Amino acid sequence: MASEDGQDPRISRIASSIRVIPDFPKPGIVFQDITTLLLDTKAFRDTIDLFVERYKDKNISVVAGVEARGFIFGPPIALAIGAKFVPMRKPNKLPGPVISEEYSLEYGTDIMEMHVGAVEAGERALVIDDLIATGGTLCAAIKLLERVGVHVVECACVIELPELKGRERLGDKPLFVIVNAA
Amino acid sequence: MSAYTDEDPRIHAIKTQIRVVPNFPKPGIMFQDITTLLLDPKAFKDTIDLFVERYKGKNISVVAGIEARGFIFGPPIALAIGAKFVPLRKPRKLPGEVIFEEYTLEYGKDRLEMHVGAVEPGERALVVDDLIATGGTLCAAMNLLERVGAEVVECACVIELPDLQGRQRLNGKPLYVLVEYH
Repeated sequence: MASEDGQDPRISRIASSIRVIPDFPKPGIVFQDITTLLLDTKAFRDTIDLFVERYKDKNISVVAGVEARGFIFGPPIALAIGAKFVPMRKPNKLPGPVISEEYSLEYGTDIMEMHVGAVEAGERALVIDDLIATGGTLCAAIKLLERVGVHVVECACVIELPELKGRERLGDKPLFVIVNAA
Repeated sequence: MSAYTDEDPRIHAIKTQIRVVPNFPKPGIMFQDITTLLLDPKAFKDTIDLFVERYKGKNISVVAGIEARGFIFGPPIALAIGAKFVPLRKPRKLPGEVIFEEYTLEYGKDRLEMHVGAVEPGERALVVDDLIATGGTLCAAMNLLERVGAEVVECACVIELPDLQGRQRLNGKPLYVLVEYH
């Protein structure tokens, strides 16, 4: 969890590098745009370092990143901690045999897929995305990994939107975030 | 040129880790699946290292990665050489003001978008994707960067399909690849 007191000094720059865009993708939604964080080389470096410091030496062999912004943060973490990177994708993108998990959206449902054989039973995994909102996507990713016998150690996001209560939706699964966007 | 001809000893493992999936996304296409490369931490690290060794110290301030598999290779390169990472995306994904470049597909057209202000005139840029086929997407990417006054130093891909002549379509812009698939 992000700490308010004694907050790591790197966090404030990371938080202020994130651009907020009102009414995207639709009226009333305030979108947290991490592309501006990626333009600040120090903030991007610090973001990755904060995750790597937390997870190296924890015997994590899998970093699963949720398409598409999880593909930006997951691989640098995986490379630094010596884990494999597993992309969790929208339907029909992965070319080999897949397992699928359906999850609800505000209106309707979507499907997340993972390649068969990417992970093995008993492996220890992280799930990475840029942001947690309702937690639906992260839950789908957790389920996919657990269905094949993987232990999901933690979910890690740059940003949390606490009002949407995603943390509660993860149940007993721990969540680590860098920035709380209240 | 590719690293293929005077083959760095790391290339062989990279090449063998790439899985070829026949008839995906449609009959007759032999799909080059890099997800298996990402499951081998050493081969994935070597892939990034080969690019980083080539580009560090060359005053490159921008790494532009093409959605979605360019998001996997671009950020680790950007972080290692101290450049910003700029995602080039399908329509309507980027939340802020964008410029777009249209390009032709086998049937129909598609569009690549970049955030206004992500790149400044005079910056030196790389374009990164997992693979070059016909070169259409890479051309669109280069056009976006050049339209805002950046200099595209090189395009970098893990894999080239030389039979599709993408290299020629790049109009003299240098292309660096690690692996060719005939």
